[in-house]
Amino acid sequence: MRLVCRKYVSFFRLRFSMGLQYRVAALAGVVTQFFWGFMEIMVFRAFYETDAQAFPVSFASTASYIWLQQAFLAFFMVWFMENEILDAIVNGNVAYELCRPVDIYGMWFARSVANRASRAVLRCFPILVVAAFLPAPFGIMKPRDPVSFLWFIWTLAMGFLVTVAFCMVVYMLAFFTVSAQGLRILCVSAVEFLSGLVIPLPFFPEKILRVMQALPFAYMQNVPLLVYSGDLTGRQLWRTAALQLLWLVALILLGRALWLLAKRRIVVQGG
Amino acid sequence: MMGIKNSWKLYRHYISIVVRETMTYKVSFFLSAVGQFLVSFNVFLGIFFLFQRFSHVKGFTYEEVLLCFSIMLLEFSLAEMWARGFDAFGGIVRQGEFDRILVRPRSTVLQVLGSRFELSRMGRMLQSVVIFGYGIAKSDVDWNFGRGLTVALMLIGGTALFTGLFMVYAALCFFTLDGLEFMNVFTDGAREYGKYPVNVYGKRMLQFCTFIVPYALVQYYPLLYLLGRVKNPAYAALPLLACLFLVPCYALWRFGVKKYQSAGS
Repeated sequence: MRLVCRKYVSFFRLRFSMGLQYRVAALAGVVTQFFWGFMEIMVFRAFYETDAQAFPVSFASTASYIWLQQAFLAFFMVWFMENEILDAIVNGNVAYELCRPVDIYGMWFARSVANRASRAVLRCFPILVVAAFLPAPFGIMKPRDPVSFLWFIWTLAMGFLVTVAFCMVVYMLAFFTVSAQGLRILCVSAVEFLSGLVIPLPFFPEKILRVMQALPFAYMQNVPLLVYSGDLTGRQLWRTAALQLLWLVALILLGRALWLLAKRRIVVQGG
Repeated sequence: MMGIKNSWKLYRHYISIVVRETMTYKVSFFLSAVGQFLVSFNVFLGIFFLFQRFSHVKGFTYEEVLLCFSIMLLEFSLAEMWARGFDAFGGIVRQGEFDRILVRPRSTVLQVLGSRFELSRMGRMLQSVVIFGYGIAKSDVDWNFGRGLTVALMLIGGTALFTGLFMVYAALCFFTLDGLEFMNVFTDGAREYGKYPVNVYGKRMLQFCTFIVPYALVQYYPLLYLLGRVKNPAYAALPLLACLFLVPCYALWRFGVKKYQSAGS
C-alpha cells in the first residue's frame, strides 16, 4: 500500500514542479484573470444598481464568489483538460503508458491533480491579495469564522477532486470515440455553464437551479464559493458536503469502470 | 489602381487555396464550427438567465442588449475570420516563415492576411445573425435607411477595430517572439464583455473605450442612435472614426517589420 502511494506521490511531485516552471505564463494569466474578475463585477454592479431587490445573495457575496472563482480557476476549469492524454489516446501513444507497471487511472489522476494544483498555486495568491485590499463591497470579504473557513478549504478540495474525476471520465470516453476534440468541446461548454462559470449558480431561476443541483457539476466550484461567503451553512451545508463526496465516489467509480471496459477492447496498431 | 485590382486577385487566390484546404477535413471543420457556436452560446445563455431575474440594466432591455451583443459578436467573428493570420502570427515568426514572406515582392499585410481564413467562424456568425434577427423583431427599432446604414457602419468599424487589435498582437510578436496572453483582454475580453453597452461598466471604462481603444465608437454611441435615444446622426458616423484606429496599428506593424531580425531558421 505504501509503495503504491509513493508512486503516485512522485508522479505528483514531478508534474507539480514542472508546472511551477511556467512563471511568466502565470503572470500573464493573473493579469487576464484579474481583468475578467473586474469586468464581471462591474456587470453585476450595473445590475445591482438597476434592481438591488432581485439579487439572490448580497453584492459582497457575489464579489467574493467572482474573485475566488478567478483565483482558483485552474482547479475548476474543465477547459484545462490534459491535451497530452487525449492526444495519446487518439494517436496510440497510450501504448507506452500501458507498458508501465502502474495503474493508468491512478497515474493520470495524480498527474491532473498536480498540473492543476501547480497552476493554481502560482496564480491564486496575487489575485487573492489584491482582491482582499479592494474597497468593501468590491473585494473579497474576510473569512467569517475559523469553522466555516475550514469548511471552505474542505469543500474546495473536494470540489477540485470532483472536477478531476469528471475529466477522467471524459478521457476514458475518448477511448470510444475517434476524435476527442468534439467530445472535449461539448463537455467543456456544458460544464462551464452548469458549474456556475458563466453566471454564478444562485442567479439562476429556482426551477433550473433544482435541475442543476441534481447534476455533479454544481458540486465543483459552486459549493466552496457559497460556503466562503456564508450563503451555505448549517444542515444544508452538511447535506451538500455529503452529496459532494457521493458524486466524487460515483465519478471515480464510473471512470474506473470505463477504464476496465476500454482496457479490454483497446487496440493499438503497431508502428 | 492596377495595383489594388491585382492585389485583390491575389488575395482571392490565397483565400480559395485556404478554403479548399479546410474543406478537405470536413469533420474537423464542422466540429470547430460547432465549438465556436457553443462557446458563444454560453454567453447568450448567461444574458438570457440574468434577464430572467432582472428586467433591464442601465436603461437597456433584454432585446436591446441582444442587439448589442449580436452586432459585437458579428464584428468580432468577421475580423477573426479574415484577420486570423495576424492572430496566429507568433507561429509564423518562430518558424522563420516570415523570412519567406519578406523576400516576396508583395505587401507583408496582404500575405499574412492570406495565410489564414477561418471559415469555422461561420458557427459564431450564424448565431449572431439569428440573435440579431430576434433582437430586431422584438425591440421596437423604427427602421429607416439611416438606421440600416448605422448597422452597416457599425459592422465595418468594428471589423476594422478588431483587425487593428489583431495587428497589434502580431506586431508585438516581432519583439517577444510569442503572442502576449494579456492582449486577449482586448480581443476576447471585448467580445465577451462587449455583450453589454459600454456605459454599463461605468464612466471610466466608457472614457477608456472612447479615447484609447475605441470600442464605444462602434458599439455604445451608434447603438444609442439605432435605438432612437439620440437624434444626432453624427453618432451613427462614429464607427468611421474608429477605422482611424488602424493607422497607429499599421504604424506599429511597420515599425515591427523594420525591427525584425530573423530567427535564422
